[in-house]
Amino acid sequence: MGVFIAIGVVFIVKLFALQVVDQEYKEQADNNALRFVTQYPARGKVYDRNGELLVFNEAVYDLMVTPKQIADAVRKDTLHPFDTLMFCHLLDIDKASFIERMDKAKKESYFKSSPFMTQVSKESYAHIAEVLYRFPGFYFQTRTVRHYPKSIAAHTLGDIGEISKAELDKDTEGEKYYRRGDYIGKSGIEKSYEKELRGKKGLKVMMVDVHNREMGSYKDGELDEEPVAGKDIYLGLDAELQAYGEQLMVGKIGSIVAVEPATGQILAFVTSPTYDPNLLVGRERGQHYKELQADPMKPLINRAISGTYPPGSTFKTVVGLIAMQSGSITPATCFHCSGTGSLPIKCTHSHGSSPDFANAIMNSCNPYFYESFKATINNPKFGGIKEGYRYWKEMTYKLGLGRKFDTDIPYERKGNIPDCEYYDKMYGGQWNSVTIRSLGIGQGEVLVTPLQLCNIAALIANEGYYYPPHLIKCFGDSTAIPEVMTTKVDPGIDPKWVRTMKRGLRTVFSGPHGTARRYELKDIPQCGKTGTAQNPHGNYHSNFIAFAPEENPKIALAVIIENGGYGATWAAPIASLMIEKYIRGYTVREDLEKRIMEGRISYKNER
Amino acid sequence: MNERNSIIGKVDWLTVLIYLALIIIGWFSIFSAKYDEMHPSIFDLSQVYGKQLIWIGASLLIGFIILLIDAKFFNAFSLWIYIFFLFSLFAVLVYGKATKGATSWIDLGAGIKFQPSEFAKMATALALAGHLDRLDVDLQKRKDQIVAAVIVLIPMALVLLQNDTGSAIVFVSFIFVLYREGFPGAGWVMAAGVVAILLFIFTLIWSQKVMYIILGSLLILAVVYYIVAKRKGIVKMLAVFAFMFVFVFSVDYAFHNVLQQHQQNRILVMLGKLDDPQGVGYNVHQSKIAIGSGGLTGKGFLQGTQTKYDFVPEQHTDFIFCTVGEEGGFIGTAVVVLLYVALLIRIIILAERQRSTFSRVYGYAIAGILFVHVAINIGMTIGLVPVIGIPLPFLSYGGSSMLAFTIMLAIFVKQDANRLNIL
Ligand SMILES: [Zn+2]
Repeated sequence: MGVFIAIGVVFIVKLFALQVVDQEYKEQADNNALRFVTQYPARGKVYDRNGELLVFNEAVYDLMVTPKQIADAVRKDTLHPFDTLMFCHLLDIDKASFIERMDKAKKESYFKSSPFMTQVSKESYAHIAEVLYRFPGFYFQTRTVRHYPKSIAAHTLGDIGEISKAELDKDTEGEKYYRRGDYIGKSGIEKSYEKELRGKKGLKVMMVDVHNREMGSYKDGELDEEPVAGKDIYLGLDAELQAYGEQLMVGKIGSIVAVEPATGQILAFVTSPTYDPNLLVGRERGQHYKELQADPMKPLINRAISGTYPPGSTFKTVVGLIAMQSGSITPATCFHCSGTGSLPIKCTHSHGSSPDFANAIMNSCNPYFYESFKATINNPKFGGIKEGYRYWKEMTYKLGLGRKFDTDIPYERKGNIPDCEYYDKMYGGQWNSVTIRSLGIGQGEVLVTPLQLCNIAALIANEGYYYPPHLIKCFGDSTAIPEVMTTKVDPGIDPKWVRTMKRGLRTVFSGPHGTARRYELKDIPQCGKTGTAQNPHGNYHSNFIAFAPEENPKIALAVIIENGGYGATWAAPIASLMIEKYIRGYTVREDLEKRIMEGRISYKNER
Repeated sequence: MNERNSIIGKVDWLTVLIYLALIIIGWFSIFSAKYDEMHPSIFDLSQVYGKQLIWIGASLLIGFIILLIDAKFFNAFSLWIYIFFLFSLFAVLVYGKATKGATSWIDLGAGIKFQPSEFAKMATALALAGHLDRLDVDLQKRKDQIVAAVIVLIPMALVLLQNDTGSAIVFVSFIFVLYREGFPGAGWVMAAGVVAILLFIFTLIWSQKVMYIILGSLLILAVVYYIVAKRKGIVKMLAVFAFMFVFVFSVDYAFHNVLQQHQQNRILVMLGKLDDPQGVGYNVHQSKIAIGSGGLTGKGFLQGTQTKYDFVPEQHTDFIFCTVGEEGGFIGTAVVVLLYVALLIRIIILAERQRSTFSRVYGYAIAGILFVHVAINIGMTIGLVPVIGIPLPFLSYGGSSMLAFTIMLAIFVKQDANRLNIL
């Protein structure tokens, strides 16, 4: 019992000292409220492969409010009521908006600060900051927004925006990192490298007196946490080539994707129509975003990854490689072609009646590749058409078709290579090589993205392997990039067949009947394949895949021009100009360049 | 009916009134600590203060039912109640949910979480009382001593395995009971405990070396005294000193090699050795500001500022005393401390007037448990004790602790009301 009384006495004495005698704690609590000011780190900058600056930061100001502090101040100081009218006037908002914002902030937290108005302009900031002392409970928080000095590659660079409710709910890694009003990468590399670019928020604990004046750091800054700046990122993108590609694509709908075959780094990622990335910054972001969304040409879509197209004859490379690898044909195999009278698929080019592989690829002979496709799926070694087709589909998957690469490009689409079950359902189990013949020439159900098509070009350029195409080259602090992007993928096609294909693609430029012979350059040996794809949206899509030079290729690319007609009309010259620009650094074919840049394709239904 | 009325009439109303005063102070403090302008009603069941009201209601109901149950029930079933809660402690280890490093919850679904360690203290008190109550049990016998020790040590070990150091420390309170019941050496253990705590604190404050010098000097003085005064037992005395040297060494070793970093920090902060910026010291500092700013009479109900900015962590649970201090001032805190002291003294007085060993032992046991809770919790908020997460009985938010403490007290009140029926 003595112990109980003793402890009781000790506590009461200590409490008396603490609460009645000691004035220190009282002062600390009475005169000072603490303000936890988030220190936003500088978001990482983005450069192109040659160190050209693509994205940097500009300062903006967020007006923050702590509802409880307003209530306290009003109660304590009845002589100077909160002048709502003047405040609204300063911010250029009406009273309804003021009340709405206040309610939102109160809902968030009555005791902690939350954003009242984000991204106040520099002018308003200067104006308001002067008289802010008259509005206790409010203070400014400095933050930065993105700026794009070159105004290119909007879709690749992506954008940042205020975090949405859904994103907030998903933020579950350990302690929640984001708060309402924070910015987060919404698309492009801003999204895929959000964690690296954003850095780590810091915290500054400030003492604030009843007059809303900051009285300095609490406990000499002992509790402060320095923000950690985000990492800089170097992209594989070549800013000059990207800008050139965007110029070539003016007035056309479609996409250009160029990669460096030796690394899988994307050199140019053009989608058209595009927009100026600086539009999606600052307070007008929402308005501009709405306008872009309403545009019938759909400039917000990144067609390089979200556009799925029939590949047309460019797909003959895939059909040919699989046919050779499965032993269904050899380069010496000849198939009969009766030109426009061929059955079940007619030929669109005139050439010798019984071409071998080399001739067939140069002339883009439809019957030859239909027969190759048929020979593959009917190959007796598979023991049945369904088994043969399954093998064929699996090989296309290994070649990167009908699936995503999942590197660092958000919102990729898979495209489509149908499976057996699809045809079973469609034809009630009764189907054969004739039923699905259009696959052999890249028509029918086959759909690919320009990125997937470009990867096929890179694979042939590399004579049999590829690196999953990706945007990043390296981080500014030279930490390693994710392994998936530096891991070589070998689809299992014998390099000798790929070399055969490569020689064939060379003749598309160099051969007497090559479909792209008009764009041959003497000093740069180019390889390529045209494609002219039927589609339900009007005129043919003009497709082309290419790489150059033939030995140790520096660039591989795919071009798709929606409703552009023949592959040789638009896509091939655009690819050839891109190659020349990248390898030479300049172009010499001024007439061609002029024709392409000024060329406009009319679209029946503005989609 | 008659008999029931007579039982209710014999209830010690002083104990019950103190209990009611404490839970009401607790409820209003939780309301104030978590006050939300959007939910201004203390009865709002979506808020913690509304939920606490449900727990209070449930506790009062169960407490009342206990008063109606036959008093002999608890003695008769003490072992089974004890075994049941041992199993629930096991279950926590297997299925438990971890919060803040400790695994002490079982999720019962429907948002109800059950913390067996809160109830295990009461069950252990029952089991110990039941054991000592048996006529053939004699604490002077080795076998009965071991059984008594095992009854306390098993749940303590299980709670420790849950990483819930705070609750484990509470089990130390059973030494009071054993001391009262004449467990040989319990007095020595308590004395040794005090010496050990002092050595522990001074070792960490002054470092190992200084302690060796001080102990060395004391040893020389003692040896001289023993020789000059020609006292016997010099070997015993030397052995005690040897133990102290070893202890100082082990404290230093254990502190740096056994305790986890956050536990080291808490102790260092409490000793004033570490003014840590990262949180531990911050909590205590904020807690002291909140209490200290209350002054003599406090800022008034709902007028606290410090406790509402979320400066003080876990303010409605372990740091509820801050709200009492800030809004009720010294008068408020003194009243609460006095209520606790009065409750403890009342329990001891009641325990002493019991005729059955069971009731007496149980009374001492729950007084010990309540005492440790109150001493550690209030001590922590005013910076006298390191931060150890255990609730303040009857005040802190939490269903398990509210129910457990109520049941614990109600059983004792029932035993007391029934004391005259025991021949
Ligand atoms: Zn032909």
